[in-house]
Amino acid sequence: MPNLDKWGISLNLSFIFFLLTGGSLTKLAYYSTVQHKVARVRSFDHSGKDIENEPLYEISVQEEITARLHFIKFENTYIETCLDFIKDHLVNTETKVIKATGGGAYKFKDLIEKKLGLKVDKEDVMTCLIKGCNFVLRNIPHEVFAYQKDSDTEFRFQTNHPNIFPYLLVNIGSGVSIVKVETEDKFEWIGGSSIGGGTFWGLGALLTKTKKFDELLQLASKGQHTNVDMLVKDVYGGAYQTLGLSGNLIASSFGKSTTADKGIGPSGTIQLQCFILWQGEVQALFLRHEGYLGAIGAFLKGAEQDNPNQYSWGENYAGSSGLMSTSPDVYPMQRTRSGTFDMLEMDRLERPLVNLPLLKDPSTYIPDTVDLTDDAMARKYWLTCFEEALDGVAKRAAASQPDSIDALQRAEKFRQKYWNKLQTLRQQPFAYGTLTVRSLLDTREHCLNEFNFPDPYSKVKQKENGIALKCFQSVIESLDSLGWEERQFALVKGLLAGNVFDWGAKAVSDVLESEPQFGFEEAKSKLQGRGSSAAVEGPPHKCALIFADNSGIDIILGVFPFVRELLSRGTEVILACNSGPALNDVTYSESLIVTERIAAMDPVIQSALREEKLLLVQTGSSSPCLDLSRLDKGLAVLVRERKTDLVIIEGMGRAIHTNYYAALKCESLKLAVIKNSWLADRLGGKIFSVIFKYEVPCK
Amino acid sequence: SPVLWGGGWSILSMASQMLGAPQHEVSQKGAFCSRTEESQPHLSKTDLTARISFFVFLFPWFGLDIGGTLVKLVYFEPKDITAEEEEEEVENLKSIRKYLTSNVAYGSTGIRDVHLELKDLTLCGRKGNLHFIRFPTHDMPAFIQMGSEKHFSSLHTTLCATGGGAYKFEQDFRTMGDLQLCKLDELDCLIKGVLYIDSVGFNGHSECYYFENPTDAERCQKLPFNLENPYPLLLVNIGSGVSILAVYSKENYKRVTGTSLGGGTFFGLCCLLTGCSTFEEALEMASHGDSTKVDKLVRDIYGGDYERFGLPGWAVASSFGNMMSKEKRESVSKEDLAKATLITITNNIGSIARMCALNENINRVVFVGNFLRINTISMRLLAYALDYWSKGQLKALFLEHEGYFGAVGALLELLDSA
Repeated sequence: MPNLDKWGISLNLSFIFFLLTGGSLTKLAYYSTVQHKVARVRSFDHSGKDIENEPLYEISVQEEITARLHFIKFENTYIETCLDFIKDHLVNTETKVIKATGGGAYKFKDLIEKKLGLKVDKEDVMTCLIKGCNFVLRNIPHEVFAYQKDSDTEFRFQTNHPNIFPYLLVNIGSGVSIVKVETEDKFEWIGGSSIGGGTFWGLGALLTKTKKFDELLQLASKGQHTNVDMLVKDVYGGAYQTLGLSGNLIASSFGKSTTADKGIGPSGTIQLQCFILWQGEVQALFLRHEGYLGAIGAFLKGAEQDNPNQYSWGENYAGSSGLMSTSPDVYPMQRTRSGTFDMLEMDRLERPLVNLPLLKDPSTYIPDTVDLTDDAMARKYWLTCFEEALDGVAKRAAASQPDSIDALQRAEKFRQKYWNKLQTLRQQPFAYGTLTVRSLLDTREHCLNEFNFPDPYSKVKQKENGIALKCFQSVIESLDSLGWEERQFALVKGLLAGNVFDWGAKAVSDVLESEPQFGFEEAKSKLQGRGSSAAVEGPPHKCALIFADNSGIDIILGVFPFVRELLSRGTEVILACNSGPALNDVTYSESLIVTERIAAMDPVIQSALREEKLLLVQTGSSSPCLDLSRLDKGLAVLVRERKTDLVIIEGMGRAIHTNYYAALKCESLKLAVIKNSWLADRLGGKIFSVIFKYEVPCK
Repeated sequence: SPVLWGGGWSILSMASQMLGAPQHEVSQKGAFCSRTEESQPHLSKTDLTARISFFVFLFPWFGLDIGGTLVKLVYFEPKDITAEEEEEEVENLKSIRKYLTSNVAYGSTGIRDVHLELKDLTLCGRKGNLHFIRFPTHDMPAFIQMGSEKHFSSLHTTLCATGGGAYKFEQDFRTMGDLQLCKLDELDCLIKGVLYIDSVGFNGHSECYYFENPTDAERCQKLPFNLENPYPLLLVNIGSGVSILAVYSKENYKRVTGTSLGGGTFFGLCCLLTGCSTFEEALEMASHGDSTKVDKLVRDIYGGDYERFGLPGWAVASSFGNMMSKEKRESVSKEDLAKATLITITNNIGSIARMCALNENINRVVFVGNFLRINTISMRLLAYALDYWSKGQLKALFLEHEGYFGAVGALLELLDSA
């Protein structure tokens, strides 16, 4: 089986895992624990040491084990190879039963039992299918899309509605089943057809020289069905317009092949109609992971004692092969691969993710500002941008692990993988759902993680945090010396200046690389335009939720003075930082250390911490961007408890690439420095322009 | 009798439904008139009616249905011609009558279905025989040519035509044959034809019939069915494509749905798969084949019945599903493939018809169209499938004149408009 050897290195199959064997394709779902490296920070015991010359905290890379769901699909012919693979990697010897569903579960039962020495427990295919469908609808954003023929954007992705029921599930396997799903447990089989994928494959194999499913699809995409099908215009001549119908509709499939002269060329290309026609007002929606539903469901059924439904899951872009286009000009190699071998990986997230309770309308909230699937110009720009930055990222990743012998090799592998993903996305922007700057950033993080670069910026962050902390007191002193109005202005300016320090932005990393002395004051002077003080004196807020961005100067000299001002006004503060590393963004664990150190210097912060007026939480995310519909449950609970009435979102990733248009129930402040000249141009400003968006919800 | 026109219309409604257009609720006679006007701006409605009423008693009386694959022609041969009339009869008319009634085959492809001839019929006060003739649509130019050679236009008759070809060949009729076609709505014609033929009967026998014990070769019986109170009725017309109509009264019917997988698909696929060249040949092959070698059955997948959903092991799970495997592809015969094609198309139509009947709450389903001509396999399968899957709730009915109802309807429209 292709590519399977790669897994031998990094993962162990364990726990329960299940197999679905369908009529022609086998889909395997299994649960594995993946050992990967994570960066940890730990405070030193500084007592009696020379603090001046010591780093702020200790960085270590540790092995961590996380749960991952894998789904792969391949043609049935590979089943024995697959079983061998399972046997070799099956770690948990307590597994006695293997769950299987689909028609093949009956057919391959003996083979599986003999090969693996496990008992096959058959699950009902339809039940599994529906369970799987519910699971992906809940856990994968942009799972659902509508297909638009003859349109610039072939695929239009839908926001997941909080309430997924009721829906009609049309499962096209070897045959077709139609099921009405009303609730998690209530569903009804209402019909079906024997003319399905198997018919396409079977007939295709008979009529053409092509024998593989995927090659048939590829062949079909090149064919012209109108040579074979009798269209309305063939029956009606040119006069069909008077009847108000499209002449291109098929009147009789294959109706033309009876006339020998119009037959099929030697290459024998034939297009079979594979679309479902929904009539009336119903919209036909498709799922990105259609093929996996049964396997996911079988898995969920078997894993009931582990209750995977209680966790949240995230699609791992690095390990998933993505959606393929039907367009003929798409990479034939990728297409070929997808039919025989295709995979999806989902990471189990440590904690459940929920909506931010302050979202005005969760069902219409779309995190991303620009849909790159839609906007070809923006897409081209950003893909190029990510391509150009890639060498630097790979170099930095390698440099972050100077002691590792294979760092260079892994960095190169990372570079290759991400480069390939970018090329795939150039061809098929919709491969992983709606293409956005966020998905590009997240994919990069996933790829870095896959090659064991859990936190390439850890040392940079450590150093910058150390430097910034040393300046903290003088910044506070100078702020305190100002009058109220002046101080507000300086605070906002500081907040924005801090945000200039962003290694994720190429314009900035260039400056930072070439001018190591570049400091807070220089940053302030770079800011474009007039600052305008928005902090109007009024009744203080009850509680502010702040989503922090970068570590170092940003959080310490920008955010903390601001936090301190809010606290002195009597406003409680929830400071939310990322759960895992992304670029030089401050992580939750770093924020704990930084806060502790600041508290040691500053009585306001110290007492706020003690009285729980300043609360540090994690966002549940490891992305440089922010999806307010997938936040850590603890954060959501706290936001509700503390009656949060102000949300501050800082930074390009969180306030511009995402959430620029996010509507909240309470007052919000979105601020960022535009550190990208293309984006600045597009928004009508210059590089280092300031976005300062203060919104009050209409009553 | 529109043999093979179904598809055109199926698609039409499909399109209008998809575009959100109001459902084509047809109860309109005269719809064709407005359409005729649209495409013939020079001819006003009164002109047309005048022409028709003036010439209606003039022979010859034809009804034409030009489908995607076959042209169906019905011809009324008056048997009560008086000596006086005969004397006045122009030579052209006489020669046409002689040509049509004394031959059973025309050219190399035209055929008169002698066994369907309706004898001693009274139409518009005239007594005579109704003849049923068919030829392939691709021979339409030759037909028009022949009309021109026999100076058909000199008879000053109106030719009523329905089916998609009425539109497609209108121009040719005008330029090559100097003939003005009167185009008629095909669904109107179909229903009119069905109701008329059923009411006059088939030379003393019942036009409508059904099968008892359809799967049992020994006990299977074709029995007459009394369609005296036909409504409501689901009418499934299987031509090149398929149209399904729900008929609530003579004037009130709607097109429910359709599918492009029809007779044309069966024949087309058979040509590709077996190299056959005629419909008859395809059916002959099918009668000797075994489709279970080609199709993947429920039992091939589940080892038996799929009990949870009540699917029997013999049901087809995936048509042509076995052909995914190389060994099985190599072990099937052309006959098996032909049979599987026939079963696939038939099952699909049966299943769509069943769902429509369920939705419309109609329990009598009448299958017509030339796909069923000499096709007992499909008829018996439809009869059985409908009965089995509806647990005896639905009855499949068939009509002797299978594909000719559209043409009959066109003839009736001609006489009605007088």
